[in-house]
Amino acid sequence: MELLDPTSEISPARRTRKAPPDKIAGLTVGLLDISKPRGNIFLDRIEQRLGEKGVAVKRYKKPTFTRPAPNDLAQKIASEVDLVIEGLAD
Amino acid sequence: MSASTAANAVTGVNDGFVLVAKRDCQTCELVQPVVRELVGGPRTIAVYSQDDPTFPEGVAGVRDDRALEVSFRLAIETVPTLIRMEGGREIERVVGWQRDEWRALTGVNSLGEGLPEWRPGCGSKSVEPGIIDELEIKYGDVAFQSRRIEIDPHEDEIEAMYSRGWSDGLPLVPPTRLRVHRMLKGTNRKPSEVLGLLPPDLQPMHGVLATTMFCTPIVIVNGPVARAIGMNARGNALGQGNRANATIGRAVQLCVRNVGGGRPQGVDRSTLGTPGKYTFCFAEDEEHSFWEPLSVERGFAAGVSTVTVFAGDAVHGIVDQQSRTPESLSRTFALSLRGVNHWKLAQGADAILVVCPEHERTFKAAGWTKARLRQELDGLLQLPAEEVVRGAGGIAEGVPAAALGDRKTIPKFRKDGLLIVRAGGDAGMFSAMIAGWGASGAIGSTPVTHAIRD
Repeated sequence: MELLDPTSEISPARRTRKAPPDKIAGLTVGLLDISKPRGNIFLDRIEQRLGEKGVAVKRYKKPTFTRPAPNDLAQKIASEVDLVIEGLAD
Repeated sequence: MSASTAANAVTGVNDGFVLVAKRDCQTCELVQPVVRELVGGPRTIAVYSQDDPTFPEGVAGVRDDRALEVSFRLAIETVPTLIRMEGGREIERVVGWQRDEWRALTGVNSLGEGLPEWRPGCGSKSVEPGIIDELEIKYGDVAFQSRRIEIDPHEDEIEAMYSRGWSDGLPLVPPTRLRVHRMLKGTNRKPSEVLGLLPPDLQPMHGVLATTMFCTPIVIVNGPVARAIGMNARGNALGQGNRANATIGRAVQLCVRNVGGGRPQGVDRSTLGTPGKYTFCFAEDEEHSFWEPLSVERGFAAGVSTVTVFAGDAVHGIVDQQSRTPESLSRTFALSLRGVNHWKLAQGADAILVVCPEHERTFKAAGWTKARLRQELDGLLQLPAEEVVRGAGGIAEGVPAAALGDRKTIPKFRKDGLLIVRAGGDAGMFSAMIAGWGASGAIGSTPVTHAIRD
């Protein structure tokens, strides 16, 4: 489907990504394990590195990598952290 | 390039005939023998079928116009249509079956012997409702200036518009080329006409939008256009349920958002906002009122359609089910209007007083015009300085002593700061006031009224 842009067209036609934060200090970072093998090892290491910088971390896990995160998990993450790091591939 | 001069380019026929027909037409069926006779004759004839290339039966080389491009380009409105071409130009055309005219056009004097003299044609498929708009886009060189945004076929287009931030929170109508084209055909204005400039930083309405106060543009329509487009000026006039009221007000807001870039917590700094920021548009009930319409009060001739834009807040009800005299009712209005923004503030905000029919009836019975009511309200809304000065009544808010000077009273509203309109359903002694933006007049916003052009 094609739509006519109803805006002033001063932003790019492609939806832009949300700008990353300038700095990570003071933020809460979510680490999302999508249940791929060895994802926990990768995220453990990330948690350790973030901990050394004094960044607060919260861990989450999807029941399966084959489907999108359940709504309650997605909403829990959205309400608890400022940004999310996930391990996508094994 | 007009249809007639383009005919040879479309059909390749420079000299001869072009016939457009469809199977789903009794007259086209009737003339099948005539078409066979012409095809078998010495002159070139291109036969187009709008719905079935095996029709007319027994005719070889029927051209398939199910896409209706040729019908559109030849501006066919009726089938059958027979066109005579000479030297690459259309000379004449006959629509429907008219034996004498077909004979005159083809020069075949025996044509259609045994057929009735006359049968009306049928509607061309190219002008069926809805189809013409599609064909205009497909073949009519309709110019669109807006950037095109591709939406993935698996993506919900409503969700896609949300994710791009175009929505005020409610679903939007996807602006496809077809819908935009149909919308623009609803006006006599050219699609390319610029209605006004709305710079990205919203300079012209920066104050109204960027203020931390509540206000929003409120649109009041007067004159015959309100009825023509089905606006509601009666029961629930300030509420939901009427397409014109709702969509005009919302269109204003969506322009502010999408063209001007005015978004809450961005340029829009309102502390609380107001539900009217979704949409706030209504018409004055002129038909059932004995008062002068707002537009006439504001200098336009009766019968001229106008739009008045006012920077205002929410609807605040004025309940008075006991007053039966204009004196009593005007005091109710004045007392309520004193509450605009704050009982102790004056000259800051304008206001709209929306008088309901049952309240207007009381003024009508006593012969009070709008002007008379306004004059009485002006008198009643002279606020005592000692009551409104800062600190009075143990309330810090109020009019600064310096602004009062040695005046004993101060008018609640600036001159021309109170608009009075009539609207609402027949039953209920419930009028309303709509407070204006706290900065009115030269320091802020002034209501404006413009004539509406067709």
